[in-house]
Amino acid sequence: MRILRILLEKEFRQIFRDPAILRIIFMLPTVQLLLMPLAADYEVKNIKICVVDYDHSPYSHKLINKITASGYFTLVDYADSYDEALGYIEQDEADLVLQVPRSFEKDLVREDEAKLFMALNAINGVKANLGGAYLRSIIIDFNNDVRLEWMQLPRFNPQPIISISPINWYNPLMNYQLFMVPGILVILVTLVGAFLSALNIVKEKEIGTIEQINVTPIKKYQFILGKLIPFWVLGLIVLTIGLLISRYVYGIIFVGSITTVYFFAGVYLLAVLGLGLLVSTFANTQQQAMLLSFFMMMIFIMLGGLYTSIDSMPDWVKTFTKINPVTYFIEVTRMVILKGSTLVDIRSHLITVLGFAIVLNSLAVWNYKKRS
Amino acid sequence: MKAVSANSIKKIFNVEKSTVTALQGLSFDVEQGELFGVIGPDGAGKTTLFRILTTLMLAQEGSAQVDGFDVVKDFKEIRKRIGYMPGRFSLYQDLTVEENLSFFATLFNTSISANYDLVKDIYEHIEPFKYRRAGALSGGMKQKLALCCALIHRPTVLFLDEPTTGVDAVSRQEFWELLKNLQKQGITILVSTPYMDEASLCNRVALLQEGKLLDIDSPEGIIKKFKKPLWAIRSTKMFRLLQDLKKMDNVESCFPFGQEHHVTFKEVLNISSLEKELTALGHRDLKMNQIQATIEDSFMELMK
Repeated sequence: MRILRILLEKEFRQIFRDPAILRIIFMLPTVQLLLMPLAADYEVKNIKICVVDYDHSPYSHKLINKITASGYFTLVDYADSYDEALGYIEQDEADLVLQVPRSFEKDLVREDEAKLFMALNAINGVKANLGGAYLRSIIIDFNNDVRLEWMQLPRFNPQPIISISPINWYNPLMNYQLFMVPGILVILVTLVGAFLSALNIVKEKEIGTIEQINVTPIKKYQFILGKLIPFWVLGLIVLTIGLLISRYVYGIIFVGSITTVYFFAGVYLLAVLGLGLLVSTFANTQQQAMLLSFFMMMIFIMLGGLYTSIDSMPDWVKTFTKINPVTYFIEVTRMVILKGSTLVDIRSHLITVLGFAIVLNSLAVWNYKKRS
Repeated sequence: MKAVSANSIKKIFNVEKSTVTALQGLSFDVEQGELFGVIGPDGAGKTTLFRILTTLMLAQEGSAQVDGFDVVKDFKEIRKRIGYMPGRFSLYQDLTVEENLSFFATLFNTSISANYDLVKDIYEHIEPFKYRRAGALSGGMKQKLALCCALIHRPTVLFLDEPTTGVDAVSRQEFWELLKNLQKQGITILVSTPYMDEASLCNRVALLQEGKLLDIDSPEGIIKKFKKPLWAIRSTKMFRLLQDLKKMDNVESCFPFGQEHHVTFKEVLNISSLEKELTALGHRDLKMNQIQATIEDSFMELMK
């Protein structure tokens, strides 16, 4: 016990004396949590539109007003010709061109039918897709308004119509931050738990202090616990900072219990610390550990369901997401924070992550040698 | 019981498909309380040997006992009773002098005060800096701190791997004096060094080259084995002198040695004829003296 205590004492002293580590632990999560959720927003806004209005009629003006008033589009310019408008797209100044033909109002009034032309800059697929869809729905809306204005609708619709009114459970306003902040927080906790611990152990290898430790009679488990406990604590500190930011900056109020999150985080950190330990047994230099960590982090983020839905991935990729501990913690934070899930609801996640913890730590301990 | 005994230790490293034999079956014994030097150039296998004896590395063949315990089977016992100071400074640079010392004392389940008498002489040198971080110490101070940390649990056998490499001449001398004092306290000390002049400070030395033992003896014994008369020759053009001497038929060996060249001859030397010969080759201010051989001369002789 005395030996473990001095190991922990030494570890905490070193951490608190290293200004770089302190900055990483306290500044990094704060900055990332303040910036990333704002960037990782799928709602496409500020779509730049260029209008070619050959008609210049009250109806075409009304339509354009409706589009710019929606808040999704910013009008770049009224172009005189389609070629001029296309120039804007080529210069990447516009994402979308809407062309109103000369006879738009005339056709609409006389023929009850008018045509519009839409050209999309499809380099950014998401923006083109969503921009086109938004514009289409605005035009449909406009169309309905026109119809209402003109004709006395019959009491009952001549054709049967299915009207849908959706309700968004757990996140009624479809606020992306509610969804992204917990996910990003998980990534940060993983970063501290898995990779700072790996780097720390590899540093001892690199500067040779591990040699000096290895010739002492301390036991393998004492050394490993002496490394794991400090980073377990740091991981929970980062989680706390993150939760405070999400509460007071993003106003995210927990539906579920905060102790559930901490309980799961405690188990989860055991798993990622095991991973860090395993990395450290393979890497001989901090550079190797860093590159390995960087590579794994990319996979963790991409296959963790943080940015993209796991359900839309191909089946064989889904198998990879199942062996990614990050996936489970992201799901759990979202479930607890947004939905109010309890320990009983997340028990399968808990058991899986516990399994990871046991497997990864055993592998690491098995692979850690006090002598070569 | 011998303090250390090695029986045909062999260690092979695999380096990218090729194999390097670092130790080719070493056998030697170190008596209790001895100051034993392992002397050899870089790459001779000194560090490998020490790492095997300190249970950090496993040998492919052979066996070794330290303080009566087998380095493979009883490594736990050995770790309790040896002190090891690696060649590279490997204490925590971001901990202070005092923190490092008490950390290692605690790892060995002891305390600074319990063994203070043993490290007192050494610790006094660094005590004024005890609140300074180890990384901010000078090279000599670092060595002293490392020695303190290796001694704090009162080891029976102390392994020092190149403790004086990169340390200034004054600190080196001081360091060896400290070792002599430790030896008086009954600690067996194994020290490796690439500096031949330090060999004469040991009780016995092992000359190691390319993983082979060239000789084990007391420094005097090794020097005595050097039977041939040795000459120190200098002139104004030292490099040309070396080349010219090596070309001569009568010259058996010739090595640059500080300001002089140390030369041995195959037959009994006729000084005046050699002087004439060299003067004819354009050498001026020739000085030739017969001298006593040093360990380095013996080492050079053995290496041939």
